Amino acid sequence: MKNHVEPRTRSKPGKFGKYGGQYVPETLMEPLRALEEAYNKFSHDPSFKKELAGWLDSFAGRPTPLYLAANLTRRIGGARIYLKREDLLHGGAHKINNTLGQALLARKMGKRRIIAETGAGQHGVATAMACAALGLSAEIYMGSEDMDRQKLNVYRMKMLGAKVHPVESGSKTLKDAINEALRDWVTNVQDTYYLLGSVVGPHPYPTMVRDFQRVIGKEARKQILQTEGKLPKAVVACVGGGSNSIGIFHSFLHDLDVDLYGVEAGGEGLLPGQNAAPLVAGREGVLHGMMTYVLQDQVGQVQTTRSISAGLDYPGVGPEHAFLMNAGRAKYVTVSDEEALDAFKNLSQLEGIMPALESAHAISYAMKLAKSLGTKDSIIVNLSGRGDKDVEIIAKHIPQ
Amino acid sequence: MPSTSHNEDRIEAKFRELHSRGEGALVAYLTGGDPDPKAFLANSTALIEGGADIVEIGIPFSDPIADGPVIQASSMRALSQGATPKGILGLIRELSSQSPVPFVVLSYYNPILAMGLDRFLTKARESGVDGIVVPDLPVEESDEFRNLALKHNIDNIYLAAPNTSKLRLRTILERSKGFLYLVSLYGVTGPRDTLSPHALEAVSSVKSLAKGKIPISAGFGISRPEHVSAIIKSGADGAIVGSALVNIVSQYIENPDEAADYLRDAITKLKAATKKS
Repeated sequence: MKNHVEPRTRSKPGKFGKYGGQYVPETLMEPLRALEEAYNKFSHDPSFKKELAGWLDSFAGRPTPLYLAANLTRRIGGARIYLKREDLLHGGAHKINNTLGQALLARKMGKRRIIAETGAGQHGVATAMACAALGLSAEIYMGSEDMDRQKLNVYRMKMLGAKVHPVESGSKTLKDAINEALRDWVTNVQDTYYLLGSVVGPHPYPTMVRDFQRVIGKEARKQILQTEGKLPKAVVACVGGGSNSIGIFHSFLHDLDVDLYGVEAGGEGLLPGQNAAPLVAGREGVLHGMMTYVLQDQVGQVQTTRSISAGLDYPGVGPEHAFLMNAGRAKYVTVSDEEALDAFKNLSQLEGIMPALESAHAISYAMKLAKSLGTKDSIIVNLSGRGDKDVEIIAKHIPQ
Repeated sequence: MPSTSHNEDRIEAKFRELHSRGEGALVAYLTGGDPDPKAFLANSTALIEGGADIVEIGIPFSDPIADGPVIQASSMRALSQGATPKGILGLIRELSSQSPVPFVVLSYYNPILAMGLDRFLTKARESGVDGIVVPDLPVEESDEFRNLALKHNIDNIYLAAPNTSKLRLRTILERSKGFLYLVSLYGVTGPRDTLSPHALEAVSSVKSLAKGKIPISAGFGISRPEHVSAIIKSGADGAIVGSALVNIVSQYIENPDEAADYLRDAITKLKAATKKS
């Protein structure tokens, strides 16, 4: 018998248990390898870290405050609710943490053409901002359906000098924008950097994007210890692709007394096509280069999703969340469109803070949770973005 | 059971036979169930009648990231007619029971996972499928699938791209069965007016590494007889034509008989271009 040389069967750094991986067309294997290599090199390079920290401080507005929502807490009468104010960042969401990191990396790699996908437009805006600041050109893929829903962000991207490509294929939303960005990358691998906006896609994206978002949890953990003198009972964040949630969860992963809650979009219900909650209502599958939970039909066709929040409207989820769920370290729950709107109203009127509809999902769940906890406990909610972009949608749903 | 005539390595045998005749293989692709099952069967039969050496059938998927607009649209047409992986394998079974041509299935990984790897491969084998291409399952992720394909005697056909490193290419060549699917350009599937400048270069560099151990077939952007001819003359053992054929299907949706006629005619011309002398 010939002794076969079995190629690498090592457990790869891009796997979270069995989730993650690199399920991509062959043409992307080499650019992914180059990206991983560059990321490994620069993420340990003190001068890169210093440069990024500088941009995060003076351009993006870090650190963000941890704010006690005293009025909301009083109204509910349970655990103290703290908000991690990522909504105060430049651009209005946590997305800038990642786009600055990746745009700097792209520049180090000598790539000057940046492509990105966007759903609600927040990642597109954050990409356009980072690229303008760093002298890179940005082209953003956005589903034509999302362009209608989020007109304001389309204008913002254009004002910031980015080109916006409407995507007319498939369901014309975020999943199709990712498909189209991947097709662009396959075609232009030699000079193009794909700046993915969440902890999804093939390795190294889920790891790299998480690392750029970890700053949220690092700050929050330190801040709560300073304020409360102890760790919170729970950390709550919304999950679309899952970047803001993984960003805040990560610093608490080893604090086993801290419960972690990821809130998916329950939309109008848990029936197929009515939600965007793959961890709660989906099955294991492969989408966009990763093994994870996917909303799909019996034969493996990816389903259309539904959520009032365009930023959560995605049939897949970051593979590390799939892992954390199965390992029992984090719990994943849903909040409906209606509950999110209600939370939006509450936070706006009680605290003078309009949350993004995405973050309103987390607020809603935190309100329920706070009620069940004692007044000596605290909860941190990641307020991942502000709600200005959503006023048009909200006006339609909340009578004036 | 059609399997009695399918128990040898029919793809390998086909390449051997063509080689001895001084011809390259014409691999002809259609999307399964496009535009509907009946027209699909007629169109596939036309490919065989026109002289296709190997027929490749795509299982339609909602998110075909390696495909351009032509095959995306064909997948959507088929899905809107209710195409399922099981249904397409059933159609292939009808075709393979009437023809000795080897059949290759192309499927993205998720529909295969959804059916279950073993179940999918069992059904594929029963339907007379000889080889399988999974465009989003690179060699690093495919150990389990490859072992099962081997067990079911289905050739696992890997892809190589213009930027695949020599190191990986060696592994891919070693693990491929049937033939190696060489992506001849940077991009997605789709008809192109001219052959990619990378195509001929890629063929000769892969060819020298393959050392004749496995046939090389080039695809993506190969749509005209002169492309086929250039690819075969540069040393490829086969040329894969897809979008150009799917284009014909889409142009004659209202007149399916004409689609079959035009396909037969196109295949005859493409096949003639595979002759080396």
